[in-house]
Amino acid sequence: MRSLPLAAAGLLALTLTACTAGNTAPPALGAKPTTTSTDPAALPAATLELWHGFSTDVETKAFEDAIAGFTTKFPQIKVVAQKGIQDAQITQAIRGGQAPDVAASFTTDNVAQWCKSGAFQDLTPVIAQDGIDLNVLPAAARSYTEFDGKRCTMPLLADAYGLYYNKALMKGEQPPKTLSELTELTKKLTVRDAEGNIEVAGFIPSFQYYENSPSHLGPMVGAKWYNDDGTSAIGSDPAWKQLLQWQKELVDWYGYDKLEKFRKGLGDEWGAEHPFFEGKVAMVLDGEWRNAMIASEAEDLDYGTAPMPVADDKPDLYGSGFTAGTVIGVPKGAKHPQQAWELVKYLTTDTESLVTLSNALRNVPTTKAAMDHPGLAKNERFATFLDIFAHPKTSTLPANVNSVFNQDAFSTFLIEWEKGAVKDLDAGLAGVDKRIDDKMKLSGG
Amino acid sequence: MAFTRREGVRALLWLSPWLVGIAIFFVYPLASTVYFSFHRYDLFTLEFIGLDNWRYAFSDPRLLQSGLNTLWLVVFMVPAQVLFALGVAQLLTKVKSGSSLLRTLFYLPSLVPTVAGTVAFVYLLNPATGPVNQVLSWIGITGPDWFGSAAWAKPSLTLLALWGAGNTVMIFLAALLDVPKHLYEAAAIDGAGAWRQFRDITLPVISPVLMFSAVTGVIYAVQYFTQAMIASRVASGATDSAGTSFTPGYPDGALLTLPQHLFQTGFRDWSMGLACVHALLLFAVSMVFTLVLLRQFSRAEAAS
Repeated sequence: MRSLPLAAAGLLALTLTACTAGNTAPPALGAKPTTTSTDPAALPAATLELWHGFSTDVETKAFEDAIAGFTTKFPQIKVVAQKGIQDAQITQAIRGGQAPDVAASFTTDNVAQWCKSGAFQDLTPVIAQDGIDLNVLPAAARSYTEFDGKRCTMPLLADAYGLYYNKALMKGEQPPKTLSELTELTKKLTVRDAEGNIEVAGFIPSFQYYENSPSHLGPMVGAKWYNDDGTSAIGSDPAWKQLLQWQKELVDWYGYDKLEKFRKGLGDEWGAEHPFFEGKVAMVLDGEWRNAMIASEAEDLDYGTAPMPVADDKPDLYGSGFTAGTVIGVPKGAKHPQQAWELVKYLTTDTESLVTLSNALRNVPTTKAAMDHPGLAKNERFATFLDIFAHPKTSTLPANVNSVFNQDAFSTFLIEWEKGAVKDLDAGLAGVDKRIDDKMKLSGG
Repeated sequence: MAFTRREGVRALLWLSPWLVGIAIFFVYPLASTVYFSFHRYDLFTLEFIGLDNWRYAFSDPRLLQSGLNTLWLVVFMVPAQVLFALGVAQLLTKVKSGSSLLRTLFYLPSLVPTVAGTVAFVYLLNPATGPVNQVLSWIGITGPDWFGSAAWAKPSLTLLALWGAGNTVMIFLAALLDVPKHLYEAAAIDGAGAWRQFRDITLPVISPVLMFSAVTGVIYAVQYFTQAMIASRVASGATDSAGTSFTPGYPDGALLTLPQHLFQTGFRDWSMGLACVHALLLFAVSMVFTLVLLRQFSRAEAAS
């Protein structure tokens, strides 16, 4: 019988140690003084493991070409890339002590969590050591890669969002610059059949439509997500109310049921039957990457791009938009942090590399030098997005430990709102604030 | 009888594989779930916060909503599935010719992978392009937005569950064919009609099988996840791209079941402590339902 208490004690010990597993850390970044990095050969040889989210052949090849640029510069370092990695895999690997040396993520949603928990190493000391001037990055890109004074990731490539319009469907009209122009044009360009079903939509105002998330639409009215103390600003910033009222009026003009029926009959966002390719919608909000997709799926489409229209009373916002992008950093537990940082530094600040990568992937390069580089392939349609990205009023979704939760809380409310189930908008938005703030308290922020 | 110390040790020795198994796969996870439920835990930092997770959970409207949705599935979907399967099995025993073809037909849907079956259902019931509403419109009925309206979403999933009930149908069929024929003959001689025969012979004989499928059905319903998740996601038309997040539960949280809420909390929001509270509640709910069912059936068995 003596074995029972022993087993129980063993179990208890297991329970207690389980939470501290994976804390045996290899050397952290900046712990050792690096050699003055002008001489690449001074870096000891190593094999780096890099995880990234690119998955299609074209993307993977473009990214591996960029890595090849690094290994030519540092022949003693070998890089093994793993494609198609999602954030959850990164988090779990770090937690289990099996972290790669470098990890890249397509979303900025987890940056706050990673910085706060130390899952990704703070790059501030090495950035200072190597004398990198972060002002080469636009303010928005600086903001979505750090949290609470900890810069644990760097922007790799960015996405900027703007308006795509189908020239044939525009009937000679210019793209709208204000929300009221957008409404007016939408009403003019929409085509319905005898029963009132939508055949061609001018602009789809639904928050449930592909890229129409509140984070992407908010910049049109300059709406703010958080107060300085990290609490939700959704209920208190009148800009959101302005956006929602504008949006609801347009939804009601279509009729919610008709709009939903139309929306659900549309082709997949990532397929060749995208409604914009098929001429079912005249104007859409989309990222700069849509240019590349149109080029490969619907090359005959005659279209133009422009910044998103903005609130009538805030004309100075015109030209700005939403931006976010791919982030890359060195996880805690990286076996070769020093070499890993060299790779991150190369991929995120080397102008040639950024230009090549941007040309191949048709994403926005993040540094000013890369944007001005003569080698950057740009046509008028793509240049729109470079301008949006560089615009001083361009904004992003600020990093927050509960980023996913907060967006969910707001989106859930927005669906009720556009459906007409919300009687009191102020009370509803206050409810969103409360959900976000309560969760914030629980997360200890 | 009195065990000697030696016998006790020997018994423990014989039991030890089971003890080790239950300790590793049940007691340890359960104990750590309880432990984590009092902590702020995001897989990196662990911090004791007392009852905060519990307090938050009980004031979370989404938890109540997801609990009620799961309850709906237990109360409506499970009985519907059992009754439907029993009805089909009963009919299959009566069929004279082509019964093996019919049996195959009823069994086939349960071989379709869950995800594929769910996606197919959502497409069939699409309000704009789905054939079901097309056919309904020919006879003058405007079909609902099946998976898109809060009122129809759960009944639509129940339809899916009935379609895929082939396993249960087969189990019931085997049980029905196992009822001794002579009992029916004797009852018929005594003048018992079809309903009387069913109630007094069929039901008592197959009641263990009924109980089995009711209990497994309830456990399954309490853990209901995949179909609801897939149906929400496909029906919402939400895009699946980096940087966009999907909340399970579309439409209006009507398909948010407790396990989905748990998953979202734990593996999307990384609030593991709170997710542990959800897990414990889920465990308690399954325990209560199972105990109630077991008691009902043993009472029914004792009465018959």
